[in-house]
Amino acid sequence: MVAKKDTRTMIAVSGLSKTFVLHTQGGARISVFEDLSMDVAAGECMALDGPSGAGKSTLMRILYANYRVDRGTIKVSHEGEMVDLASSAPRTVLEVRRRTLGYVSQFLRVIPRIATLDVVAEPLRALGVGEDEAHDRARAMLARLNVPERLWDLAPATFSGGEQQRVNVARGFAAELPILLLDEPTASLDAINRQCVMGLIDEAKARGAAIVGIFHDREVRDAVADRVYDMRETLAASGDAA
Amino acid sequence: MSDDDVLLHVEHVSKYFGQIRACDDVSFDLWPGEVLGIVGESGSGKTTLLNCLAARLVPDSGLISYTNRHGEVSDIFAMSEPERRMLARTDWGFVHQNPRDGLRLDITAGGNIGERLMMVGERHYGNIRHEAETWMNRVELELGRIDSPPRTFSGGMQQRLQIARNLVSGPRLVFMDEPTGGLDVSVQARLLDLLRELVRELQVAVVIVTHDLAVARLLSDRLMVMRHGAVVESGLTDQVLDDPQHAYSQLLVSSILQV
Repeated sequence: MVAKKDTRTMIAVSGLSKTFVLHTQGGARISVFEDLSMDVAAGECMALDGPSGAGKSTLMRILYANYRVDRGTIKVSHEGEMVDLASSAPRTVLEVRRRTLGYVSQFLRVIPRIATLDVVAEPLRALGVGEDEAHDRARAMLARLNVPERLWDLAPATFSGGEQQRVNVARGFAAELPILLLDEPTASLDAINRQCVMGLIDEAKARGAAIVGIFHDREVRDAVADRVYDMRETLAASGDAA
Repeated sequence: MSDDDVLLHVEHVSKYFGQIRACDDVSFDLWPGEVLGIVGESGSGKTTLLNCLAARLVPDSGLISYTNRHGEVSDIFAMSEPERRMLARTDWGFVHQNPRDGLRLDITAGGNIGERLMMVGERHYGNIRHEAETWMNRVELELGRIDSPPRTFSGGMQQRLQIARNLVSGPRLVFMDEPTGGLDVSVQARLLDLLRELVRELQVAVVIVTHDLAVARLLSDRLMVMRHGAVVESGLTDQVLDDPQHAYSQLLVSSILQV
């Protein structure tokens, strides 16, 4: 569907500032960044770089509208329109997440009693894909990520860290959304599975997905990132962030 | 699609009990299929607000209007009593914290489900029986118990039956007051799971009052945090829980014990 050389801007962040005010700790103010701007195009992977505490994960959460901002706009291309997540109503944000914006966090938020297969199929079901097809695609994704078949009908609560992460990656990539946010998607994976996730990222880029990621693994970052965004440059001067 | 029609419009609603402001100038809009969680500690006014929204309590000031299936908007307190009762039976549901408040304990489980259908005009016994069986199944109650009265059920079973009774008539808006409140943790997890599935499948709008933030996260799209009768913060559920702005919301979130 997407043309070969698609250079549409998929994410346009402008003038972003974020401060945490901790009311329960004497009103301490932690300024994370000020006046941050960035663009990501279709088919492009942008890696966030910077030391621990530079605000990489905070920026990822802001891009997902999980955290709020003090100032600035976060526009994403949603169904052909640029939608500002910073000022959108909750139901608009949820709709953007359903159709456009996927997030693979480091940890799987486990819901009691839900089988792995359903966890992975859920984003597809939310897009209106029928149960059989959603399950087929979920199976294919789990197999590809080497999640043993005997685990598919179990809830992932008791899985190992690496298994949970692969379930999380499978869930994040299953729906082939146009924008993906990846927070350390290979952190607890072995070499084979790391390779597998890199393959998924390449395929997503090839179909035109815009990706923003945090990759501590240098090898992974060098292989998948087209650009690196250095968070040190926007690190706010004030505040006690290390 | 009538997706752009607000289902429930709430404007400057206040309710006093003597000098106490139980509900202080609350305004919001609810859209079809949206799940709104109301959180806050005991005495914050969340149940009072819920009762006003569901027309079980008349607010001292403010407006609450509802858009029906035909797109007609009406002030719920300007309706006649029979109209309001009809609305509560057809378009709305109310799930009480204590299932005994929402069930008829001496008629059979099947009767409890069927009664709701009869209220909306179903007369064919076979159809009613069939629907009751379907719903016993959907809420994971044994079919063999369909002719038993709910006073012989456990609390968790009663709560599932109350949910079936409310959803069988295909409501568009369901009010829930601490629906998992009095249940054991394991029973709670099962019920939550069931509610989550049903809400998504039926695309029903829900206003759910809970003091349990984990329940709120699992079920609701949006949250309102109440304190002393007023809404101190509202927004997308994960935003409010992961990046709370108001001092009181921060206190609520940071007070959760980690297991």
